[in-house]
Amino acid sequence: MNKLAKNILFYALLLGAWYGIARSHIWPPYLIPAPGDVYTALHDGFKDGSIWIGIRISMQRVIIGYVVSVILGFFLGLGISTSKFLEDTLGRLLTSLQSLPSICWLPLAILWFGLTDKAIYFVIIMGSLFSITMSMESSRAAIPRIIPMAGRNLGAKGLKLFWYVLLPASLPHLISGLKQGWAFAWRALISAEMIIISLGLGQLLMTGRDLNDMSQVVAILLVILVLGWAIDALVFRTVERKVARRWGLNVPA
Amino acid sequence: MSLSQPLAAEPLRIVTPKTAPRRRIPTSANIALVGVEQSFATRQGPRLLALDNINLDIAAGEFVCIVGPSGCGKTSLLSLIAGLAFPSRGEVQLNTQRITGPGTDRILIFQEHGLFPWLTAGQNVEFGMKMNGMKKAERRQRVKHYLQLVKLEQFEDSYIHQLSGGMRQRVAIARALATDPAILLMDEPFAALDAQTRDMLHDELERIWLETGCTIVFVTHNIRESVRLGDRVILMTYRPGRIKAEFKIDMPRPRQIEDANVAQLSAHILSEMRSEIDKSVQAEYAR
Repeated sequence: MNKLAKNILFYALLLGAWYGIARSHIWPPYLIPAPGDVYTALHDGFKDGSIWIGIRISMQRVIIGYVVSVILGFFLGLGISTSKFLEDTLGRLLTSLQSLPSICWLPLAILWFGLTDKAIYFVIIMGSLFSITMSMESSRAAIPRIIPMAGRNLGAKGLKLFWYVLLPASLPHLISGLKQGWAFAWRALISAEMIIISLGLGQLLMTGRDLNDMSQVVAILLVILVLGWAIDALVFRTVERKVARRWGLNVPA
Repeated sequence: MSLSQPLAAEPLRIVTPKTAPRRRIPTSANIALVGVEQSFATRQGPRLLALDNINLDIAAGEFVCIVGPSGCGKTSLLSLIAGLAFPSRGEVQLNTQRITGPGTDRILIFQEHGLFPWLTAGQNVEFGMKMNGMKKAERRQRVKHYLQLVKLEQFEDSYIHQLSGGMRQRVAIARALATDPAILLMDEPFAALDAQTRDMLHDELERIWLETGCTIVFVTHNIRESVRLGDRVILMTYRPGRIKAEFKIDMPRPRQIEDANVAQLSAHILSEMRSEIDKSVQAEYAR
């Protein structure tokens, strides 16, 4: 049985089990909604535009926050990988900050920026910046010594060495770092949106809770899940596969 | 050296290489190492003396092989000529000018080839020319030419991982030659290859050397290889690396690695090198 058939079967069974449990009325529908109710919630949400608005606003926020993180992380990583002093000091600090769940930055962000978009951006950046920085640094460290040596020997130096040798040489590691950074940014976004009332998918999720509308909660969960998966599969894994094929690395499925 | 000569040939101290007249000899490739010393800081404390009082002249167009046990500083020597490292004392000169940094007139070829895996074979060959700001049309033409020279023209668009070990090494040679270097610095380039591939690359390297007239400094621990290829073989001592002896090889070319002459002279050099190998091995075990 091929992979697609296996998965179709699996999800059909999952859906069937869900339907069965919901129909059995062991738990009331406001705790376990039926698949049909969730479908209706999704349908209505897309039809009245609230989900579209949520997607648009959330995506806009996460993309802006992520891009800022990548740019900042790029320069921070560059600094850390070129200075032993920064590596031993800032590098260590960032590694420990990385273990801090991004939602911990929220109280601070709210006190600084109020319940605004700025606070959300702040949380996204804090949530993803450290992991991106550290992956910039570690991907640089993973380059075999012989590569920059060959580059310098062939006449590349300074910016040219960086652009044509060091950056492409660190690409395989860099991409997995960027992917991880994206996942952190996405999580930070949804967490922040759940607290700060400002449209977005996180808020739609909380609205569902406030209205005791479990169908909407599940519907938005599905939207967040599919969106996160789609970006990972369509953007990051595609690039990852392309690089792996070129380099002859084991191609991730 | 020929068979009729006695083998007890004295190591030669001063050598002016005979160069075949038909070759185009670049005049700008005289290397001189003058009283070169290099030491490194070690974790244990005392500085490690890698090279000690090296005096060596290499003439334009010469094919010089440097042999010695592992740890004799052969690789350090090449890095110094490449300008990727600098001596602690003494001077490395190119045409009487002190070497102050890397330059595309001196290209290193490594054992692990150092090709860029994100580029195709053709783009690898193109790399040095691109860094030097050559026009694209000219680069394309030269890529074709040098890939042809190493007989890899149909692999221009292959990525490095798609090539065999021998083919990778040939790409590395083409990449080096494409920048028109006066000097090729080769650091055990064929050590990781199987014997057949190595023999074939010896032939090709000799042919390329004859065609281009470049100077080659070839480091190896394989004495047979050094006698097969070199105009001159420099034998180095185990740590600190000093020049123990020099042998002039004037057997006619092309030589074969199985030649009785090659074998005989190799045996002679090996007997000179034996004590150095023992020292190297002892040091390895004592660690």
